[in-house]
Amino acid sequence: MASVKMRKIRKTYDNSVEVIKGVDLEVKDGEFMVFVGPSGCGKSTMMRMIAGLEEISDGELHIGERLANDLPPVDRKVAMVFQSYALYPHMTVAENMGFGLKLAGTPKAEVKEIVGKAAEILRISHLLERRPKALSGGQRQRVAIGRAIVRKPGVFLFDEPLSNLDAGLRVQMRVELTKLHKELGSTMIYVTHDQTEAMTMGDRIAVFNQGVVEQVGPPMELYRDPVNTFVAEFLGAPKMNLLPAKWAKQGNGAMLEVGGCKIPWNGDGAGPIEAVRDDLLLGIRPEHIDVLSDASETGTIGAKLEVVERLGDTVLLYVKIAGLDSHVAVKLPEDGNQWSRGAVVGLRPREKAALLFARSGQRVN
Amino acid sequence: MSAVPFQPSLGRSKMIARVLQYALHIALVLFFLFPLVFMFVSAFKGDELQLLKDMGSMMAFVPHGDVSGKNFASVFSSSSFRQAFFNSTFTVSITVILGILVNSMLAYALARFRFRGRTLILTAIIALIIIPFEAIAVPLLMLVNELPWFSGTRGWLDSYQVQIIPFVAHAFSIYLFYQFFIALPKDLEEAAMMDGASRLRIYWSIVMPLSKPVIATVAVLQFLSRWGDLLWPVMVVRGDNYATLPLAMQTFFGQYPRHWGEVMAFAAMATLPTLSLFIVFQRWFVRSAISSGVKG
Repeated sequence: MASVKMRKIRKTYDNSVEVIKGVDLEVKDGEFMVFVGPSGCGKSTMMRMIAGLEEISDGELHIGERLANDLPPVDRKVAMVFQSYALYPHMTVAENMGFGLKLAGTPKAEVKEIVGKAAEILRISHLLERRPKALSGGQRQRVAIGRAIVRKPGVFLFDEPLSNLDAGLRVQMRVELTKLHKELGSTMIYVTHDQTEAMTMGDRIAVFNQGVVEQVGPPMELYRDPVNTFVAEFLGAPKMNLLPAKWAKQGNGAMLEVGGCKIPWNGDGAGPIEAVRDDLLLGIRPEHIDVLSDASETGTIGAKLEVVERLGDTVLLYVKIAGLDSHVAVKLPEDGNQWSRGAVVGLRPREKAALLFARSGQRVN
Repeated sequence: MSAVPFQPSLGRSKMIARVLQYALHIALVLFFLFPLVFMFVSAFKGDELQLLKDMGSMMAFVPHGDVSGKNFASVFSSSSFRQAFFNSTFTVSITVILGILVNSMLAYALARFRFRGRTLILTAIIALIIIPFEAIAVPLLMLVNELPWFSGTRGWLDSYQVQIIPFVAHAFSIYLFYQFFIALPKDLEEAAMMDGASRLRIYWSIVMPLSKPVIATVAVLQFLSRWGDLLWPVMVVRGDNYATLPLAMQTFFGQYPRHWGEVMAFAAMATLPTLSLFIVFQRWFVRSAISSGVKG
């Protein structure tokens, strides 16, 4: 096991295109860290630099106690599971798993034993003599993980390993990978663009955007307390609603004006809010909005119900507030209520869960 | 009354198109097969007069009269077939094996390494493909005539190396390997790198085993061009010791009257290795020729 420390890491291609712009990050020993972000945000490049498959343009990378910038991949004590599995097509499963050990000069009997043990953990013992083309997607994925396990690395790197699997298998493998992390207790870094994988698997999540880390923290902390609109919108499905708002003092308290309606606001931190009082975004997650059938009640925002999606256990309502371009999503538990399209309803954001952002995206409350 | 099963009939135009297609296929097969059949049938005709008489008619393709292995026996007794067969097999095999190694290594470097001058080398290789051997044959002859060898002698004429070394590096083979390698997924090589494999190990244990189709194509193309080459052996070989099959066959054309039966028997035996090689590698060769856009 080993920790991974990144200090001001930069990656520049052809001396002009900077894809990683000074990342400072520490992955603790035994931690399951998820790098998440949209395509092209630099998360995979960061992982490839840790693996030693890409050169680091600037900054320091420490794996364990060693400076790893110039170490060849094999000396970094890391193992990587590729998105495409990258199994050698001309070798059997056992040969695929044992290839690294064979190169390291491990005696044949020992290789067989180590491969056998890893195969048992992954329940692929019966597949050892097969070639990759005779395996299903899930089985190939297990073999790829097995190949990583046998090397007993300090750090496991997973590069979107579940993205080629179907939805059902992805859920199953997600659970198994989490279990595997508990069993092995190794440091794992997992790259994904799927926020569900990030939320469910990681001890901590690092949200990447355009070559920088926007925020690092435990999944629920990021979900509840995002530092900016990028993180707020990236985590959660449907994504957080961001409604243009204005803040004003009212008597002893304050209020927000959203879509022409006034709702009370008792939150702290009037200082930074006041500075951008007319240029705010009210961030509210779909499950933190109450829907009232009476739109005229004070403290509610009037909206027209346009789309109803019933998901079995929950109902998603997409409503339109007059004067706003985008829809507002509302998530409610399924209670059998017959929502009718076109109805006018009142929305009441739960104030404790509501967040305020400046138009620039930074959180202000 | 038994029911007549419904049979969908092809449209008239489709039927005509199919007939024409088959007719074309048959014509092509006959076109390529006739010389081979003529050669094999004539090789077994023991009566030279009969053979000459048949040449003007379709009987040339029919084994009749004195059908025997007389011509084959005569080839072994009157020509240096055994020595020539060994020389051809030896020089061509070594050329093909070394060619596969050298050309694939260069192509791999071009496909995977980024270095100064890489594009220039690649452009030069592609340009070399269009230069015919005949254009460089004389300068090459003058060059090899001046080159030293390990034994201390000067000039490579009348040797094996003169028939091997100039043909190991082959621009078209490099191009074929290069095209194949750039299409190979990089993930496999990166996975091997993570497993601790060196570049040489990756080339040998991962890349080459996955390159069987292109290896087969290069092997067949190189084999064919070297096996049948007459120009270079004529220029660099003086006696029987290093003569290859096409050169040895020339001995029959110096005799009068010409023994066409023996010529055909010689040619038939010289053709067999080529045919068997193609049959063995046919599956890979066709696959690679299709994927690389090579018209075989």
